Amino acid sequence: MAPTFFFYLFSVVLVLCAAMVVSSRNPVHSVLFLIGAFFNAAGLFLIAGAEFLAFILVIVYVGAVAVLFLFVVMMLDVDFEQLRSGLQRYLPVGIAVGVLLLAELVSVLVGWHVHPAATAVRFAPAPAGVSNTVALGELVYTKYILLFQAAGLVLLVAMIGAIVLTLRDRRSSRHQRIAVQNARVPGETVELRTMALGGGVPVADILRPRLTQPDAIDDDPLEPTHHGGHHPADAHHAPEGR
Amino acid sequence: MNWALALPEIVLAACGLLILVIGVLRKSDSAQLCSMLTLGAFLVTGLLVLTRPGGIGYYGQFTVDSFAVLTKLLILIGAALSLMLSFDYNDRQGIARFEYPVLILFATVGMMGMVSASSLMTLYVALELQSLALYVLAAFARDELRSSEAGLKYFVLGALASGLLLYGISLVYGFSGTMDFGVLAHALGSPAQASAGLIVGVVFVIVGLAFKISAAPFHMWTPDVYEGSPTSVTVFLATAPKVAAMALLLRVMAEPFGHLLASWQLVIEVVSIASMVLGALAAIGQTNVKRLMAYSSIGHMGYALIGLAVGTPLGMRGVLVYLIVYIFMSAGTWACIIAMRRQGLAVEKIEDLSGLARTDPGLALAFAIFMFSMAGIPPLSGFFGKLYVFLAAVQSGLWTLAIIGVLTSVVGSYYYLRIVKVMYFDAPGPALDRRPSMLGFVAAVTGVFTLFFFLFPGPLVAAAGTAASALFG
Repeated sequence: MAPTFFFYLFSVVLVLCAAMVVSSRNPVHSVLFLIGAFFNAAGLFLIAGAEFLAFILVIVYVGAVAVLFLFVVMMLDVDFEQLRSGLQRYLPVGIAVGVLLLAELVSVLVGWHVHPAATAVRFAPAPAGVSNTVALGELVYTKYILLFQAAGLVLLVAMIGAIVLTLRDRRSSRHQRIAVQNARVPGETVELRTMALGGGVPVADILRPRLTQPDAIDDDPLEPTHHGGHHPADAHHAPEGR
Repeated sequence: MNWALALPEIVLAACGLLILVIGVLRKSDSAQLCSMLTLGAFLVTGLLVLTRPGGIGYYGQFTVDSFAVLTKLLILIGAALSLMLSFDYNDRQGIARFEYPVLILFATVGMMGMVSASSLMTLYVALELQSLALYVLAAFARDELRSSEAGLKYFVLGALASGLLLYGISLVYGFSGTMDFGVLAHALGSPAQASAGLIVGVVFVIVGLAFKISAAPFHMWTPDVYEGSPTSVTVFLATAPKVAAMALLLRVMAEPFGHLLASWQLVIEVVSIASMVLGALAAIGQTNVKRLMAYSSIGHMGYALIGLAVGTPLGMRGVLVYLIVYIFMSAGTWACIIAMRRQGLAVEKIEDLSGLARTDPGLALAFAIFMFSMAGIPPLSGFFGKLYVFLAAVQSGLWTLAIIGVLTSVVGSYYYLRIVKVMYFDAPGPALDRRPSMLGFVAAVTGVFTLFFFLFPGPLVAAAGTAASALFG
C-alpha cells in the first residue's frame, strides 16, 4: 500500500514540477522546480529499488548541474522573454516535426518484440543478495575497466580543454608565494613600540609595512606579452603584505 | 582477462600523462620538448603495435587483429606527420603551448581505441575521447575569432552527430539486446531477424559516423572548420581522424552488420555519390586553398566509400589502400600549404601561389606531384587508390558508382590542375618566406612515397588485403 501511495505522490508532483519548469515566467523559479523534479524522480528510483541511481541523481543533478543552472540564470543576463517571443510563430512547425517523429517512432516500435532472455533480466535487475551499488561497482571495476578508464581520459581531456581555452594569467592576478610567506619575520610587518604609561595614544600617521622586495612589485616592462597563459609561478607577484 | 592486448594504448596514455606533468612543471618553453616527447611516444607505441600478438580481450570489448594493426600504424603515422608540421607553425602563430601535443596524443589514444572497438560502447567512448580533443584543438588559437568560431561550430555539430550516433546505438541495443560485435553478427545471421527498428538504428549509426568522416550530406562543418582552425590543426583533422573514422565505419558495417548488407548498401551508395559530386563541383569556385582542400577531402571520402558500398573483402581492401595513399598525399599537400608564408604572415589564397615554380621550384614541384596524385593521374599513388576501389565496384557489378566516380574525378581534376597552372604559368608574385627544414623533410618523404608508390604496391596491397579479410574472418 505504502509504495503505491508514494509512487503516485512522487509521480504527480514530478509531472507538476516538470510542467512548471517550462511554464514558469521567472527562470529562477524554473530552476527551483527542476530541482523539485529531480528529487521526486530520485524518489521514484528508490521505490524501483535503484538506490544508486537515486543518490547519483540527487548528488550530481541537484548538487552540481542544477546549482550550475542557477548560477548561469542569475549571473548571465539572458532575456528569457525574448527567447520565448518566437513561440507563436514556430509552434506549428515544431508540432509538425514532433508529430512526424512520433509517427516514425510508433512505426518502429510496432515491430518490437522483447527477447525471452531480456524478460528474465528485467525481473531480476541485480544479482541476489547484493545491493545494486555493489553490483554496479563489481562490474565497473572488473568487466568494464577499459571503458571506465577511457571515460576518465575523456574527463581529463575535457579539463585540459577548459584550461587551454579559458585560463588567462592576468598581470593583476596575485599568486601565493609560499617561500616568501614562510620567510617573513615579524619585523617586516609589525613595529613594536613602547608606550609611556599614562601618556595617551600619540596621534600618528597610518603605519605601513616596509616593502622588502621592490623588484617584485614592478613588472619588467620589456617582457613580451604572453598569449597563452602559463606563466612561471614566480613571475609578476606583489609581495604579500602590500 | 588479457589486459596486455591494449598495451600500446595504455603506454601511449601513460606517456600522455607524463608529458602533461612535464609540461606543467617546466617553467617555460616546454612546447618543443613536449612535442619531441610525444613523437617519441608515437614511435614506441608504433613498435608495440607491430610486435604485440592479436586477440580479443576485455570481455569482447576490445579486439586486435591485422585490420586494427594496419589502421593504428596509419593513424600513428598521420598524427606524427601532422605534429612534425606543427612545430614551426605554432611557434610563429604564437600558439606554441605544451597542451597542443598532449591533446594530439590523447586524440590518438581515442582513435586507436576506435579501430580496436568490438563493442558499441567502446566505439562510443573512444570516439568521444577523439572528438573532444579535436574540438579543443580546432579552437586552439583562442584569440583569433575564426578559430574560436571553428571550434564552436565543430563542437555543436559534432555533439549533434554524437547524439544521433548514440540514439542509433540505443536502438540497436534495444532491438538486439547486445552491444558486442560478435554477438550482434551472430544474432543478425539471417536478415529476417532484423526488425525495422534495428535498421533505423543502423542508419543512425551510419549518419553519426558519416559526420565524422565528413561525407556529403553531413559535411557542412568541414569547410568552415578547415578554414578557421590553425593550419597545423587542419593538417591533423585531415589525416589521422579520417583514417580512424573510416576504419571504424568499415568495421561496424562489416562485422556486426555485415549480414544486413542489403539494407545499408543503398545508404552508403547515396552518401558516396553525394560526396563525390559535391567534392568535385563545390571546390571549383574556391579561392582559399584550405577550403579547397576541405571539399577535396569530402570527395576523397566519397571515393573511399565506394569500396565500403561494395561490401566484399575486395572492396574493403580498396578502401584501405585508398586510406594508405590518402594519408601520405594529404600530409604532403598540407606541408606545402603550411609553407605558404609571406613576410611572416600565413597566406592561404590560390593567387598567392602564382609563379611559385620560378621563385621556389622545389616546393612547386612537390605541390604539383601531390595535385596530380589527388587528381588520380597515373603513375602517382592517387591513381592506385582510385583503381582498387573502382576495380572492386566493377567486379561486383556496381557500374553506377564506378562511372560516377570516374566522371567526378575528371571534373575534380580541373581544380587540382588549376593550382599547377597557377604555379607554373602565371606571372610570379613576391617570393614566399624561406621554409623551415621540417616542412621540406615531410614534403620530401611523402612526395617520394606518392611518386614511387607504383614501384612497390605489392606488399602494401597485400597487407591491406590481409587486414580486410580479418574483418570477414
